[in-house]
Amino acid sequence: MIADLQRFIAEERPYWEELEAFLERVEAGPGERWDLAGLRRFFYLYQRTATDLSKVQTFASEPALQSYLEDLVARAYCEVHETRRKGGRFAPVRWFFQTFPQTVRRRWRALALAVAATLLGAAFGGGAVMVDPDAKEALMPFAHLQDDPSERVAWEERQETDRLSGRKTSFSSMLMTHNTRVSITTMAMGITYGIGTLILLFYNGVILGGVTLDYVSGGETVFLLGWLLPHGSVEIPAIIIAGQAGLVIAGALIGWGVRMPLKARLRAAGPDVVTLIFGVALLLVWAGVIEAFLSQYHEPTLPYAVKIAFGALQLGLLALFLGWSGRDASQDGEA
Amino acid sequence: MAPLNTLTIRTPEGIAFSLTLAGPAARFLAWLIDTAVVVMALTVASRFLLPVLALMPDLTNAMITLLAFLVQTGYAIAFEWFWRGQTLGKRLLRLRVMDEAGLRLQFHQVAVRNLFRLVDMLPAAYLVGGAAAFFSKRSQRLGDFAANTIVVRTPRRREPDLRRILGDKYNSFREHPHLCARLRQAVSPEFARTMLQALLRRDTLAPDARVRLFGELAAMLRETVRFPEEATFGLTDEQYVRNAADVVFRTGGPGEG
Repeated sequence: MIADLQRFIAEERPYWEELEAFLERVEAGPGERWDLAGLRRFFYLYQRTATDLSKVQTFASEPALQSYLEDLVARAYCEVHETRRKGGRFAPVRWFFQTFPQTVRRRWRALALAVAATLLGAAFGGGAVMVDPDAKEALMPFAHLQDDPSERVAWEERQETDRLSGRKTSFSSMLMTHNTRVSITTMAMGITYGIGTLILLFYNGVILGGVTLDYVSGGETVFLLGWLLPHGSVEIPAIIIAGQAGLVIAGALIGWGVRMPLKARLRAAGPDVVTLIFGVALLLVWAGVIEAFLSQYHEPTLPYAVKIAFGALQLGLLALFLGWSGRDASQDGEA
Repeated sequence: MAPLNTLTIRTPEGIAFSLTLAGPAARFLAWLIDTAVVVMALTVASRFLLPVLALMPDLTNAMITLLAFLVQTGYAIAFEWFWRGQTLGKRLLRLRVMDEAGLRLQFHQVAVRNLFRLVDMLPAAYLVGGAAAFFSKRSQRLGDFAANTIVVRTPRRREPDLRRILGDKYNSFREHPHLCARLRQAVSPEFARTMLQALLRRDTLAPDARVRLFGELAAMLRETVRFPEEATFGLTDEQYVRNAADVVFRTGGPGEG
């Protein structure tokens, strides 16, 4: 037994209060830096309080005191035993131009699988529309994609007034939020061992392949490129990167060839998943602006050549960005 | 053995501390509070934007759409990051998100657990997340599982006030210091805990149960150490237990300095 609990509390309380004050400073400002003496004192207080907890658990009988000390020790423990790199001040420019493209490259296997699932879906969608044109009704989620391509092109090119007039910005914001939600879902579906993510990527590919074949076989390739390239050259890679994030989670769950426990694998994947999905959100903001302000305008308002050139240039720049940006900063590594 | 709803972490120094996992009801209530906060914030923001709607309808609608998305998605991420694992609802209900290993919560963990809400909410009313938490040993929904986080209850921190429990009354047992020393030696921590808890909760007990409980405790104490007649004369069972607890928990009683 602790012979005199009240005296024990009176003697030890100053140390607990000092530790609590240390913890409040740390918890209030993650950037707090201590000198060596401060660190030593903090560690001493942690050990002393942990010992007090041990005494209380073994010899005393007061649940409130035990709970109080457990809380103190738990808070100090996470500061003392945290060995993961402490994030410094967040630098958005460096994050976007270095961390994000480096992460896309480092997780190239997941990216390759996401691209493959999309291409497979595109092949299936194109094949289905080629074999059975009526399949369009089942495959296409939007009514305007089910019309005859030539009729739609003729209708679009007849428009003399701006049908998005007065609602371009709100249309753009609707696209951004909708696409970001779809991307987050694609990422989160990685928790189904990647099956949900692969299904969503495949389905996205099916629509893309179906539409492409429909318009190409209808002789409307130029319209298709002018319509899809300006925003699709960013939006489609963004969805694929969201799928890459989902497959990174799936990879952590499956753990092929990695000699780490499941929790450690998930812990290691977390920062990359967040980097990828936040990068995707930024890309989708840009894609939403382009889709509302550029993609919906066709000849004679806007020459297809201009739209195609813009889309191709954008695709090239995106490929350069993802392939080379941040290469000089540090080694990409491989995962 | 630790209770089912607690997570025990053993430090490298060999000290174990336990965290009480939050139950589904408390988490659901916290979520309801947070949802109400989000709805209120959006309503207020929309009210402010309403006068601008007539002047710039397109821009205002876009701002409302973006704001709704940002607040719905970012509210929990922002609060849990800046308040170290707590949203308004969690703070009110004394809940906290923690790293599963007791380490410091990282931003990516907060982001992952909250972005996963889109899947946890499927198909409606958090059915997927609720089912996952029900089957999880640590009450983790899918977002918690992916982010290595748990939601714990944070106890109201208070030190025990023995003076309030035991009082400053005269204790006849203290006239026999050798028997007091024997009592301290003989009483196990578990029995001492039982005595203290019985005294703490005595006012919440039904009269019959109170008499029976203190009768049993006093009988066990009499078997452990027998104080002479003059020390126990006129004492009820409850006073007997209080005197014994006073001896066990306080070496220097009111009379001894």
